[in-house]
Amino acid sequence: MRHLLSAADLDRAQAVTVLDVAEQMAATQRREIKKLPTLRGRTVVNLFFEDSTRTRISFEAAAKRLSADVINFSAKGSSVSKGESLKDTALTLEAMGADAVVVRHPASGAPHRLAHAGWTRGAVVNAGDGTHEHPTQALLDAFTMRRHLVENATGADLAGRRVAVVGDVLHSRVARSNVLLLNTLGAHVVLVAPPTLLPVGVEGWPCEVSYDLDATLAGGHGDLDAVMMLRVQAERMNASYFPSVREYSRRYGLDARRVGLLPDHTVVMHPGPMNRGLEISADAADSPRSTIVEQVTNGVAVRMAVLYLLLAGARDLAPDAPPAAPPAEEVALTEGVLP
Amino acid sequence: MTARRTVLEAAEIRRALTRIAHEVLERNKGADDLVLLGIPTRGVTLATRLGRRLTEIEGRPVPVGSLDATMYRDDLRRHPVRSIAPTELPDGGIDDKVVVLVDDVLFSGRTIRAALDARSDLGRPRAVRLAVLVDRGHRELPIRADHVGKNLPTSLSERVRVALEEVDGTDEVRIESDAAEVSA
Repeated sequence: MRHLLSAADLDRAQAVTVLDVAEQMAATQRREIKKLPTLRGRTVVNLFFEDSTRTRISFEAAAKRLSADVINFSAKGSSVSKGESLKDTALTLEAMGADAVVVRHPASGAPHRLAHAGWTRGAVVNAGDGTHEHPTQALLDAFTMRRHLVENATGADLAGRRVAVVGDVLHSRVARSNVLLLNTLGAHVVLVAPPTLLPVGVEGWPCEVSYDLDATLAGGHGDLDAVMMLRVQAERMNASYFPSVREYSRRYGLDARRVGLLPDHTVVMHPGPMNRGLEISADAADSPRSTIVEQVTNGVAVRMAVLYLLLAGARDLAPDAPPAAPPAEEVALTEGVLP
Repeated sequence: MTARRTVLEAAEIRRALTRIAHEVLERNKGADDLVLLGIPTRGVTLATRLGRRLTEIEGRPVPVGSLDATMYRDDLRRHPVRSIAPTELPDGGIDDKVVVLVDDVLFSGRTIRAALDARSDLGRPRAVRLAVLVDRGHRELPIRADHVGKNLPTSLSERVRVALEEVDGTDEVRIESDAAEVSA
């Protein structure tokens, strides 16, 4: 693994490895001394062109717990507000010796550009790009589901589990990454949203689509193991996608009555930040089956695992790099010495 | 072509572990405060077996745990990324205990150095000792084992493989070398 740009970059074995390593990382975070020396001397830059609290703090905590040096860069108050381009910012970070760049950007594809344009030699981690992807969120969601839904979790995937992803799929990078990763891990995904909040081409995604939340919760697509509510992203909405907040909440909001339709073991998830009273009611968000706070805790462990897997080992040699050949040298020396 | 040579068979491994068990008890004057920590993967298997021997000899259970030192290694950047095995301390922890680290092969000493560092983040034992099934020499750090199953002189080009029934389906220690290198 060189970069983590998309949940689709991971095959099943790699995804399970990330979850297994995260399990061990989570165990270290229950100790009195939480800091590990693993990434000492490495530099992780948090490059955030868009507001974020939990993702940035989560990556910062993950890097610091592994003893990496962390440089936080936010677009506000930087040269970006003076008109600096992504390229020049990247070249500056490269000159400072960043081993990993964690990037969040309002433009879909920005992390991909950063990774493949040759501006930086560091590993690039996508921490959310536009309405495209947010792979570490999908990993922490899968990690949370595996902990709750699978016994003897180590080495296991989510085969046969059913997950409903409900709400503003159109603007959600979390939904896209989750559909891809959950599909890789063998889970079955149902997207539930009003037609106006589904992206063009959703029929090509590896999942089912429903417009009726009550029917899906009641088992219309099989018994659900997890329900993931998505935030209604008002800041990205430049037109009216639904008639009113009240109507959205009545048709697609998760409240205590709808939680009551679910099987007993089903977990309620939300990537945060929540609009309480809009996509999720307070009593659903605070119910015992809600994993919303746990997801934040798990986020640190999963990001530690991702940073560990990207940064701890030897860097991949470039394909054209000459292979190391010490035996040949030994032979040459011996020949020189012997008559 | 790989040349293989078996140096310890199942019965010899069994006898070595029994002897180590007696040595550990003699050195510690009984099983008081003893905690065995195996270093994954095969060290954990050996620690479990050793713990069983100690329990049989002393007639009371000796706690066994595992200590993974991967994240404390100083050579992580020289190898492809390693996966991480669980660290599980027995109930009661390791504070003020006598910890015996158990590993299969003692070689450069770097794993043990990392394990000693990992240990310092987990608690403060009264003493730490080291038991290994095979000491193959070539130390790169000032580390030695307190209890050794077998001292095995090897050349650096050889590889020592420990196979244990629980992991590999058979009990055996063998030395492997590339035949080409031997003939050259």
